[in-house]
Amino acid sequence: MAKFKKKTKTQESIPTSALPDIIFMLLFFFMVTTVLREQDILVEQKIPQATQLQKLQKKTLISYLYIGKPKNTGLYGSEPRVQANDALVTPTEIVQWVNQERDKLPEADRGLITISMKVDKDVKMGPISDVQTELRNADARRVLYASTGKIYQD
Amino acid sequence: MAKSKSRMSQEVNAGSMADIAFLLLIFFLVTTTIASDKGILNILPPKLDPNVPPPDIKKNERNIFNVLINANDDLLVEGEYRRSAEGLDKEFKDFILNFGAPDEEAAALFNTLPASLQGQALRRPESSDHPKEAVISIKTNRGTSYEVFLEVFDLAKKAYFDIYAERVGLTADEYRALTGDDEASKALQDKGKEGIPMAISIAEPDKIGGN
Repeated sequence: MAKFKKKTKTQESIPTSALPDIIFMLLFFFMVTTVLREQDILVEQKIPQATQLQKLQKKTLISYLYIGKPKNTGLYGSEPRVQANDALVTPTEIVQWVNQERDKLPEADRGLITISMKVDKDVKMGPISDVQTELRNADARRVLYASTGKIYQD
Repeated sequence: MAKSKSRMSQEVNAGSMADIAFLLLIFFLVTTTIASDKGILNILPPKLDPNVPPPDIKKNERNIFNVLINANDDLLVEGEYRRSAEGLDKEFKDFILNFGAPDEEAAALFNTLPASLQGQALRRPESSDHPKEAVISIKTNRGTSYEVFLEVFDLAKKAYFDIYAERVGLTADEYRALTGDDEASKALQDKGKEGIPMAISIAEPDKIGGN
């Protein structure tokens, strides 16, 4: 009978000396991708789901508007409000805000400013259409309805 | 002469390095929010000049696919009551590709389409004449919830992207991922869109049922 027993003198422990390097690599990845949030969101944000998502190439062109019920209802009431930067604004102030945001962009890109509307699921169309009317007044007509992915059943 | 007893070992003990790195890693894992700039792009119509009366657009009723969503989130699709938006994407697609009464240009367009899309042309007289004329109109109330509106808008976009993608032989996901940065992807994008404009009209909500 053939001999199957071989000399098995392989080492049983995995060398772990490279482990810190791997961990460091992961660490650097997350350090680089992390965006520390510089502003508090004052309104509720339950982002709706959609299937036909598009990704914008140039992130610098995007400015964010947050729309939803205020988290602090005692202070701001329970009606949906609009947050631009770190303060709640009324729809009439949006034109001014858009112009400020547009001035931050290089001149060639000013026409391409895109407003990402992060709207809570529970908001009705009324406030949204008010905001859109103001955006039209400000001539910032590219709007992105922020949404998260959904798997669709076919 | 007194001699220091033991030589300090020259190496720094690196055994706990992994632990330190792990700790930092977990910190960043927890604080990271990978910014998601994904969403559905919409181009709003330009502001109306109050001195210029809005253009009087004469369009045949059959070229407009009406979707009304009321404050109870019920749908009225082409005059027919619905509870949910399910299956609407298929109907949008049928409507766009109907080719009921194509003019010369549209007939030429029809001939460029792949056979799978040509097969979807139902040529019903009561539906759209050809894709250039077809408009999907979505109208809401002020009390309509955003979620339902977005669902319908999403389905309308899906119908168009499905058509574009099928034309260039990609899946809809691949087509949407085209960036248009380089020549090849731009060419594909244009080829998909050519002659079939994405005409989704969002009417100003009326005042019923909201604030």
